[in-house]
Amino acid sequence: MAAVYMSANRPENAFSTVDLVPEWAQEEVSTGTTIMAVEFDGGVVIGADSRTTTGAYIANRVTDKLTPIHDRIFCCRSGSAADTQAVADIVTYQLGFHSIELDEPPLVQTAANLFKQTCYRYREELMAGIIVAGWDKRRGGQVYTVPMGGMIVRQPVSVGGSGSSYIYGFMDSNYKPGMTKEECLHFCTQALALAMERDGSSGGVARLAAITEEGLERRVVLGNQLPKFSNA
Amino acid sequence: MEKRFMDSQIKGVSTGTTILAVTFNGGVIIGSDSRASIGGYYVSSKTINKLIQVHDRIFCCIAGSLADAQAVTKAAKFQISFHSIQMESPPLVKAAASVLKELCYNNKEELQAGFITAGWDRKKGPQVYTVALGGMLLSQPFTIGGSGSTYIYGYADAKYKPDMSKEECLQFATNALALAMGRDNVSGGVAHLVVITEEGVEHIVIPGDKLPKFHDE
Repeated sequence: MAAVYMSANRPENAFSTVDLVPEWAQEEVSTGTTIMAVEFDGGVVIGADSRTTTGAYIANRVTDKLTPIHDRIFCCRSGSAADTQAVADIVTYQLGFHSIELDEPPLVQTAANLFKQTCYRYREELMAGIIVAGWDKRRGGQVYTVPMGGMIVRQPVSVGGSGSSYIYGFMDSNYKPGMTKEECLHFCTQALALAMERDGSSGGVARLAAITEEGLERRVVLGNQLPKFSNA
Repeated sequence: MEKRFMDSQIKGVSTGTTILAVTFNGGVIIGSDSRASIGGYYVSSKTINKLIQVHDRIFCCIAGSLADAQAVTKAAKFQISFHSIQMESPPLVKAAASVLKELCYNNKEELQAGFITAGWDRKKGPQVYTVALGGMLLSQPFTIGGSGSTYIYGYADAKYKPDMSKEECLQFATNALALAMGRDNVSGGVAHLVVITEEGVEHIVIPGDKLPKFHDE
């Protein structure tokens, strides 16, 4: 049965010296992707690469990892494609039902907590790292990260997936509170481009979306239009 | 964030570390953090100097198993000074890097150490060489290494420019080290920087509290 992960990258354990623990428990499974989300005053900007891999084969080079959960709430998916799609479907249903009962648009915090509940309850079975981002009337733009294991924390800016390791430094140095929507979009584009250049499991096009009270604006930055950072 | 990064499964003391070397207009800056740890659980030294001077204008910085790195640099230092005496002139940076490479490549099964060699010589000026784990030798305008380096690939790619001035280069190196130390739990302590030019060698130490601070959530 072919299991389609966003990637299943195992770093070589050529120098593994710990024999007390079985091989499979030592291996790191990278979730091949780069996702990120940034809050700004009035909304959020979310972004992701577009590569889904089955081992070394790129099963889908134009994946959309930015999944709508409600009118103004999105999630960015990293990890097992099957797991994240299943969890997102569950939460979409739960949130839709809740919103109808309430007769009001749902809060981003509610959506994030629904993700957390599922991811925490089934944490042994799931391989899903999710960033929930959106806009609501009570608190404006918010980003909540629900990494593997099922914890939840709100952050002004969050990155996830295997490609995220390479851009922590860039994120720390370039993020400033109080950026405008255009500055956030530019920041995300650069960060995704840098990660896609270094991470073998991230690539393709950069998909971005800006979510505000007014609505949703989606953008795609094609491969040849991405900022280049090559050195001699 | 969910990726637990354990690139060194090294027995004993290891320098889970951040090291880098950057060329600028007229010289090269080599830098590192100062933490040595055992398995990422215990910091065995907060103030170790990972910048080893192998000759007057050639330094190398070490990553990986501390024991292996010390043994290799000791042997390399001897071979390089012997070579320099025989040739009756200061050694080329490439020669120093090659000596390290030979040692790493010929003993690749036993060793677990990587190096960055940087320095200045009369023939080619400032240079940076990487000697990776298995013994590969590569010349680059700048390079980063160690476990903390993964977090600054994006920053380094975005911010490096060829032919920087000494001040710009110092700022770049300091920022890169500070960012990596901020995210990697096996890198930390103080930032050691050595500026190598034709004129001489300048050692700068920046204590943890004087490092640049970035937006911390």
